[in-house]
Amino acid sequence: MTHDTVSLRAGISRRSLLGTTGAVSAAMAFGAGRASAQEAGAGAASDAQPRIELTINGKRRTLTVEPRTTLVEALRDTLGLTGTKIGCNLGQCGACTVLMNGARVNSCLILALSADGAEITTVEGLADPDGSLHPMQAAFAEHDAFQCGYCTPGQILSAIACIEEGHAGSADEIREYMSGNLCRCGAYPNIVAAIESVRDGKGG
Amino acid sequence: MQNFTYHKPKTLSDAIDALRESGGDVLAGGTTVVDLMKIGVRAPAALVDITGLATLEGHEIGPDRIRFGALARMAQVADDPALVAAAPVLTEALWKAASPQLRNVARLGGNILQRTRCPYFRDAAYAQCNKRNPGSGCAALDGGETGHHAILGGSSACVAMYPGDWAQALIAFDAEVRTEGPGGSRTIPFAQLHVPPGDTPEVETILRLGEIVTDIVVPLTPALKASHYLKARDRESYAFATVSAAVGVEMDGDTVRDARIALGGVATTPWRARAAEDSLKGGALTEATAREAGRIAFADAQELEGAAYKIRLGPDVVAGALMTAKSRAAGEK
Repeated sequence: MTHDTVSLRAGISRRSLLGTTGAVSAAMAFGAGRASAQEAGAGAASDAQPRIELTINGKRRTLTVEPRTTLVEALRDTLGLTGTKIGCNLGQCGACTVLMNGARVNSCLILALSADGAEITTVEGLADPDGSLHPMQAAFAEHDAFQCGYCTPGQILSAIACIEEGHAGSADEIREYMSGNLCRCGAYPNIVAAIESVRDGKGG
Repeated sequence: MQNFTYHKPKTLSDAIDALRESGGDVLAGGTTVVDLMKIGVRAPAALVDITGLATLEGHEIGPDRIRFGALARMAQVADDPALVAAAPVLTEALWKAASPQLRNVARLGGNILQRTRCPYFRDAAYAQCNKRNPGSGCAALDGGETGHHAILGGSSACVAMYPGDWAQALIAFDAEVRTEGPGGSRTIPFAQLHVPPGDTPEVETILRLGEIVTDIVVPLTPALKASHYLKARDRESYAFATVSAAVGVEMDGDTVRDARIALGGVATTPWRARAAEDSLKGGALTEATAREAGRIAFADAQELEGAAYKIRLGPDVVAGALMTAKSRAAGEK
């Protein structure tokens, strides 16, 4: 079945279809190097696979992971929270930035097991339940602080933490303390402007 | 990534046992270990997560020394205003390293044990790497790129550069490392922790299997207070050092009573430049004497075609750092 023939009726997305067919082929090619993980209750879980508890955007989740499952893989693949992106997968680009116990971290370099018990904030957790954007999200939109958008979730989480840490005192300091988030589209000046506007309480 | 067994011991003694029994690696922040496992350079059968060992956390400034727990995070330590005032080189060498995200996770014990960024070491597709694959040769020296390799402390077997920043501050200021292991506890002068490659580049430190760094201790000295970490690199931020210098001076009027100099970005291990320090003691600290100290620091640099620029750049970095330390000794910022 190709993408062209996929029905895009409500409830079936390309991602969910690929997830189903992907799981079938992964089961047949077990050991090819792809980490497998499940949310607790989703199916038969091996007793040998450890379970961890993460509080994601205020909601407690229990999941079964392999030791080699990274936090970003657990977020994206096990929990379906695909807002956090994988760029370099080696902690060099910052696309995978999330907040872990309030601190910004590269989730691609954190083993999910070692995050057991942590509170995680992802981009999905920023807007209010009624859909009102977080001030940083609004500021990024207002100041045209992204082009392709791939680095943007990581930038936004990082920017929120940058102000919280007290490292947004000047444009130079913002540039220094946002240096862990790369943007190949070059939206940097607008990212700095967005951060300054939130720091100054000027809203989005 | 190859799978592995994961252990999270509750006590230091359990951690040491787990390491010995499993033959595995220590996991703390993981920013080196997980990185190397992802690129296939390391594939330990087990990881022993020591982040539950609370006694290894924290840092305190005492009357005559500063103690850092091996599990203290880079970011926390770098942001401590009391430490910024007492030992600027120690905080600068932290915040100028890595990125905010990495500094929030990486711990000091792991930071000093970080591995080389040599592209041949880090790429398992290169069979030729005496550090990763003993006896296989050196792809850098065998006609490869040597622009980011060591011009001090190298051998015919390996010129991989030690890339860490904080270690330069530690070696310049006579730090000590405390460890616990199967044989008990010991205190290692920081200058003895790392060993040059020689004929066995796969051996980087004197640590034994099961030995865990618990604390790092730095004595308080006047030169530590008038100190600076200058990091020259290809980018303004978020890059390893091309050449760096950790320096400090103690002045007695216009005369140098104590001088400390260590070099980053240029050597196979953390590198103390004692001859350069000696050239300053008892004399004036001027731009001329600072430049001469820089020249002496690089006088024994080895020939390495791609890295020859470091010999030109290095003395300037040393001199620049010394002049900043001098102004700090005079009470200026």
